[in-house]
Amino acid sequence: MQRNTSIAIIAAIIAVIGVISYFVYQPLLNNINLGLDLRGGLRVVLEAEETEGEKVTSDTIDKAVGILRTRVDALGVKETALYPQGDKRVVIEIAGEDDPEAAVNMLKNTAQLQFMDEEGNVVLTGKNLVDAQAQMKRDGSGQAEIALEFDKEGTKLFGEATTANVGKPLIIVLDNQAISAPIVNEPIMDGHAVITGNFTAKEAQDLAVLLRSGALPVSFQVMEKRSIGPTLGADSLDKSITAGIIGLIAILIFMVGYYRLPGLIADISLVIYTLLVLGAMVAIDAVLTLPGIAGIALSIGMAVDANVIIYERIKEELRLGKTLVASIESGFKRAFTAIFDANITTLITAAVLMYFGTGPIKGFAVTLSIGIIASVLVALTFTRYMLVLFANVTKNEKVYGV
Amino acid sequence: MQVIKRRKWFYALSLIVIIPGIISLMLQGLNLGIDFTGGSITHIKLPSQVTSEDVRATLSKHGLDADVQKSGDEYYLRTRELTQEETDALMSSLKEDFSEVEFMSAESVGATIGGELTRNALLAISIATVLMLAYISFRFEWTFGVASVLGIIHNVLVVLGAFSIFQWEISSAFIAAILTVIGYSINDTIVIFDRIRENMKGSRKENYEELVNRSAGQTLNRSINTVLTSVFPLIALLILGGSTIKLFVLAMLIGFITGAYSSICIASSLWYDIKNQKARQAA
Repeated sequence: MQRNTSIAIIAAIIAVIGVISYFVYQPLLNNINLGLDLRGGLRVVLEAEETEGEKVTSDTIDKAVGILRTRVDALGVKETALYPQGDKRVVIEIAGEDDPEAAVNMLKNTAQLQFMDEEGNVVLTGKNLVDAQAQMKRDGSGQAEIALEFDKEGTKLFGEATTANVGKPLIIVLDNQAISAPIVNEPIMDGHAVITGNFTAKEAQDLAVLLRSGALPVSFQVMEKRSIGPTLGADSLDKSITAGIIGLIAILIFMVGYYRLPGLIADISLVIYTLLVLGAMVAIDAVLTLPGIAGIALSIGMAVDANVIIYERIKEELRLGKTLVASIESGFKRAFTAIFDANITTLITAAVLMYFGTGPIKGFAVTLSIGIIASVLVALTFTRYMLVLFANVTKNEKVYGV
Repeated sequence: MQVIKRRKWFYALSLIVIIPGIISLMLQGLNLGIDFTGGSITHIKLPSQVTSEDVRATLSKHGLDADVQKSGDEYYLRTRELTQEETDALMSSLKEDFSEVEFMSAESVGATIGGELTRNALLAISIATVLMLAYISFRFEWTFGVASVLGIIHNVLVVLGAFSIFQWEISSAFIAAILTVIGYSINDTIVIFDRIRENMKGSRKENYEELVNRSAGQTLNRSINTVLTSVFPLIALLILGGSTIKLFVLAMLIGFITGAYSSICIASSLWYDIKNQKARQAA
């Protein structure tokens, strides 16, 4: 290739990278999902309580997650993530609420509604509900009540129960607590009922939502709870970013200082590398946590290492008296097995972690894997191409730090 | 580079560092955080005139026996596992006693979860180690696999030992740090072993001492430069990072430096000894 062509290509590449980074970095950063440890919020791990007779399966948990999701949407709890963990647990993460604890307490209610007769026999359950709505009591007391509507089977059961219990109370039980016990005046055949009690409007509305979304198939207990105040989260994020930038600048300076021209190429590679990692994180919707930042730190180290291995190799080849282009070619070839084997072994660790780890450890494994793949790709393609281009421009071995 | 001639010194140095760590691990163990033991930690910021004694007095009003740690104006109150009601009650009585209380974080972990975390971590580390051993044995030779795994154990023991001696608290993030150290040291070791493998092909005459020395020497610049560039961001994080990640970073820093040292001085020497042992047995 002509010297001038090479210079033109190099200039074009640097310009394109510069423009892309200028426009893409900030949007990418804004679109990365931050973990609760970085933005503040509440994370709760709930575990299903096994009762005799009823085994908890992953099916039960999936069902519970579905119901919880309906509740989150209906209650309007902001920025919530819900997912199953293992066979018995559900994780709820809330980032956008002022009082996330209250929201979780509301969500985790089993909301099992039962109608019992005086002898304590269950005559009807919330399973047969088609609708539940909060409304104000018509007596002007300012109290709220909940209007229920049953499905066909429920209408029939309720009709039978009210017929059999005229003059006696029907007890309404919510999560094993009696909330009211109205006396039946006459048989009710139209499938409508009203729950009265000491509800405020808000309580009645929330309860109506819970009843509409259906009862959770099992009751849940809090196993783990972490809440990070917004100050601490933002503080950790700011400090980590500042430290990351300073560390990165130190690496950039060191690489140019020690390796000269190839060091500069390594620095440009690092810019592309960070773009790729951020882009991949956004693309797969990964969540960035503090351990995730550690994963990125390690992978940056490995990305720089790939460059270091290659350049040291090229220097050795130059010292053997080979020409510059030949040194670059054989330097890459010889460095390849070391880079390949080193990265594959680290990738093995990352894969095992991704499989076994939960929460923080998984976040670490994800960013590490993305980082390793990106660093090998950039080192083997971009770095190599740039070195060959520059070799066309100058054959002066001094700029290679020899 | 005269690695092999000095290897007895390197072994001795490593033992001097590791043995106190092992003794400490046996005598006082690790300072396990609530991620492992279960319990609650409430992290708050209080006005500067408040002392740990004042905080303990407020806690005892709730019948809580807490481990109070102070870092600047920030306090970490470690107690048994608290319910939401208990945390709320505690926060409001702290507000009553000290007026300005800034909530930083609260964590509560059930004891069963802690046990699982330990089991899963040990399982993950064991499986990863076995797989690495298999991969290296497949790509190189089993002698390299054994030497590099011994190197990993060496590095992990140094970090664990340091955390035990100084009783630094261990959280679930520590596991991620240990795994990073493992990944890093294996990376370091493989680059040297790759060179040994390459140099072996060239020479018919098998003088392992010369082989190891030459390979370690050829990769020395790379080893130093890589540890330097990896340590830059860690030192920045250690100095500037928030209090939550200090110990996490410290674990990696100790591990990285140990890893760079052990890949040159320990893993290569161990490989030499294993290889010679094998040759002697074959003879």
